[in-house]
Amino acid sequence: METEVKLTKLASCAGCGAKVGAGTLARMLDGFETHYDPRLIVGYDKSDDASVYVITDEVALVQTTDFFPPIVDDPYLFGQIAAANALSDVYAMGGEPRTALNIMCLPESMDKHTVHEILRGGYAKAYEAGAIITGGHTIHGAEPIYGLAVAGFVHPDKVLTNSGARPGDVLLLTKPLGVGVITTAAKADLVEAPVLERIYRQMATLNKAARDVLVNYPVHSCTDVTGFALLGHSFEMAQGSGCTLHIRAHAVPFHPEALELARMGFIPAGAYRNREYAQAGVQVSGKVEQALEDLFYDPQTSGGLLAAVPEECAEECLQQLLAAGVEAARIGYVTEQQDAAVCLEE
Amino acid sequence: MVIVDARGLSCPEPVVMTRKAMMDKQAKYQVLVDNLASKENVTRYAQHQGYAVQVEETGGEYTLTLTKA
Repeated sequence: METEVKLTKLASCAGCGAKVGAGTLARMLDGFETHYDPRLIVGYDKSDDASVYVITDEVALVQTTDFFPPIVDDPYLFGQIAAANALSDVYAMGGEPRTALNIMCLPESMDKHTVHEILRGGYAKAYEAGAIITGGHTIHGAEPIYGLAVAGFVHPDKVLTNSGARPGDVLLLTKPLGVGVITTAAKADLVEAPVLERIYRQMATLNKAARDVLVNYPVHSCTDVTGFALLGHSFEMAQGSGCTLHIRAHAVPFHPEALELARMGFIPAGAYRNREYAQAGVQVSGKVEQALEDLFYDPQTSGGLLAAVPEECAEECLQQLLAAGVEAARIGYVTEQQDAAVCLEE
Repeated sequence: MVIVDARGLSCPEPVVMTRKAMMDKQAKYQVLVDNLASKENVTRYAQHQGYAVQVEETGGEYTLTLTKA
């Protein structure tokens, strides 16, 4: 994975770890005047993955954007990961991406080949997703940044928001956790190449296959688990839904190497921001090791989907996800609202 | 006592520096950091290596005293 430039050396913080904390973001967005439009069915409270605007009875527009500094040194891979991450918000709403715009910032000294490789990665993922990149905007700056603004479509009655979970639902999660911890430890050269290859492949994997399965079931709620980590996004789902999410700590899949690295303190700063934001709403019951809890606050770049699925079809849905090649697991359940928004159980 | 000054650095640098310093397995170290994530991470690393950690905060800077338990 040697390239001429060490892309990650140009980044002050990596991938979704660069995301502004959820609490800070809410304060920055507070109090602005907005128009009300009955066709905008998702987007006012600013905490969902994308906005949804109804065009006809059968078509709604899904819009989102996401970009970040390099999380890997290989520019082609960086392009793929950034694009997969941006496209993911459309899948999290149950939609299909159709068009995308490049968003790019480059140091003036960056060579043309590197730029070309980043864009090639983005185009490759957009193509795989069935979306067309129709243009974009590039500026100069000290730190490289790449991502997409994506537009997609969804049927207005089949929008998957992060606020529809209901008591009795089962929580399914795709993609194992630990990406932030492992990429942090990788900066200290403490991660073996095959492990890195595995998480790079995971980050570059679209959530398309998972979305294509989920839309066949009456899923009540869905979100992608990215910068705010499993517990931050669960907290948002719980608050939005007016329910309590119960997560069984030992049922949550993670990359095994990540646990030991978390014990050694290779935890990105974003994980502590996530903890600060969500921990007042998270109640831990039973024995959950601190390092495991740390993994649940770990920002996931291009993470998987968290879905609240009715109990009666949860097992079949899980089996279909696995059959589609998606790494997925049943990690908890939803109840009526209790004292804590999220219960992390042994 | 060995003092590791990791002020002005972000993760994983302070842990990497602490790890390097602790290779000689002395009974006591002092680590200086200036952000919460570094404080937490160095604490975790030291505890993982079997050291007790005492933290003192002054004006946003943390002095961590690591003592072999």
